[in-house]
Amino acid sequence: MSHFSIFSLARNALTGHKNWEKMWRSPDPKKEYDVVIIGGGGHGLGAAYYLAKDHGITNVAVVEKGWLGGGNTGRNTMTVRSNFLREDSVPFHELSIDLYHQLSKDLNYNLMVSKRGMITFIQSSAVNRIAMQMANTMHIYGAEYRMLSLPEIKQRVPIFSPSENMRLPILGGVYQPRASMVRHDAVAWGFARGADSRGVDIIQNCEVSGIRRESGAVTGVETNRGFIKAKKVGMAVAGHGSVVANMAGLRLPIVTQPLQAWVSEPIKPVLNEIVVIRSYYGTYLMQSDKGEIVIGQGCDPYASYAQRGTFSIIEDATNAMLEVFPSFSRLKLLRHWAGMLDMPFDGSPIISKTDVDGFYVDVAGSGGFKTTPAAAKTFAHLIARNESHPLTENLGLSRFQNGRLVQEGGVSANR
Amino acid sequence: MLLIPCPWCGQRNEDEFMCGGESARVRPDDPASTTDAQWSDYLYNSTNHKGVVREWWWHVNGCTKWFVIDRDTVTHAIQPASEEIS
Ligand SMILES: Cc1cc2nc3c(=O)[nH]c(=O)nc-3n(C[C@H](O)[C@H](O)[C@H](O)COP(=O)(O)OP(=O)(O)OC[C@H]3O[C@@H](n4cnc5c(N)ncnc54)[C@H](O)[C@@H]3O)c2cc1C
Ligand SMILES: [Zn+2]
Repeated sequence: MSHFSIFSLARNALTGHKNWEKMWRSPDPKKEYDVVIIGGGGHGLGAAYYLAKDHGITNVAVVEKGWLGGGNTGRNTMTVRSNFLREDSVPFHELSIDLYHQLSKDLNYNLMVSKRGMITFIQSSAVNRIAMQMANTMHIYGAEYRMLSLPEIKQRVPIFSPSENMRLPILGGVYQPRASMVRHDAVAWGFARGADSRGVDIIQNCEVSGIRRESGAVTGVETNRGFIKAKKVGMAVAGHGSVVANMAGLRLPIVTQPLQAWVSEPIKPVLNEIVVIRSYYGTYLMQSDKGEIVIGQGCDPYASYAQRGTFSIIEDATNAMLEVFPSFSRLKLLRHWAGMLDMPFDGSPIISKTDVDGFYVDVAGSGGFKTTPAAAKTFAHLIARNESHPLTENLGLSRFQNGRLVQEGGVSANR
Repeated sequence: MLLIPCPWCGQRNEDEFMCGGESARVRPDDPASTTDAQWSDYLYNSTNHKGVVREWWWHVNGCTKWFVIDRDTVTHAIQPASEEIS
């Protein structure tokens, strides 16, 4: 792997950018691996990277049915934050922010981290109470989360001009300064390049259709490129968790639901922070580095693998946005798309062993872009040692049997 | 936008309904003899099938009837199904 630097840029500029090295190989699958990871999104590629880097396990393949990052990694709205309610959630998400803030350097790959901060508007006393509870939990783990008055909001967000007849008037806000935006496909590509250079085989256009088992233990995966033997198999297929787990005879506590996003034409900079309106529904918007206003809300309220969403979400979120930013009524929408979330019953991620020996699952859950580095690191730990990383001890499947749910659903939305 | 066939009101906009999830979920008959794993499976797990699913819908902002439809989770094609509770 050649190192990216100002010198490599200059050298390649002189030769017309025709000699850049491929960022990863595209090998044929070997007959056997120590670990096969199913799913070439950020979670799967990151897990392979940390298996090699933290645990020295390099006889690893990542198999991806399409192209790298072509699932939800390339569809999300890039928001990274740690404002959660539960003690099991906050340190896990904090680890992710820490890792994101240093990964560009570690990977020698620019993840375009943009430390914008995030403001959630408070529009009821109930939301105020939850925000304060979150702030207290977060402070225990050293994460800053502080209240903003209306004048402070106005100062940070000059175009903030809520309508006087708002049904739920804005009483104030709560602010996480460390919330960031990170270039989503760079995360997949950076991890892929780092894993590949440590010997991991990345195999695209390779769809897993079966998981072979013998006496309760995994022995490998059936794919459209033949059977691949594996001592261990890890699944990181956000949006297809039940489909793949079912191949191993397992049922999961998840429902696959669509999540949509849409963006406007680019405009001059008007919005620095990520802002959240009506936090119960989770309407959120931000301005991308390109100048587009990026808008999203919670997921569609039923199971679907269709990768498209219902119009009422767009209508509802747009109404909410215009109540606070009336000038955005002039914006033209450029694109709209949807991906799929594997929504766990309690809204928290699942990183777990299963009843099948050697088969591990990482269910990214509702907002799994922000968790990508932490999930990848702790998933690699679980696969390498067959025991949970201390930060994910309570995020396994056993919580659905012992009743110790990590309830975040309904409290904090997907962004 | 889905059009949901309410057996009472006919085809109506999905915004009037709430999806009640898979209809195959059956509460174990005898809690005393049910293991934690079985309870957990009943409470939390779902088939979450990619394809045709039989599921409950509730016409909450209409006639308030509960009924069952077969919906394809890939194409969103919908067929009424016969089970119902009053
Ligand atoms: C519109 C939208 C906005 C979002 N916004 C945010 C946000 O702002 N912040 C945030 O934190 N999260 C957000 N999310 C959620 C986030 O995108 C996902 O949780 C995260 O990307 C999941 O990463 P992953 O690597 O687990 O999955 P993916 O990137 O989906 O990768 C899984 C891969 O598995 C592959 N696969 C599936 N089945 C098979 C098979 N049988 N064989 C081989 N490969 C298979 C797929 O092709 C896919 O590439 C958003 C999601 C959407 C849809
Ligand atoms: Zn009706």
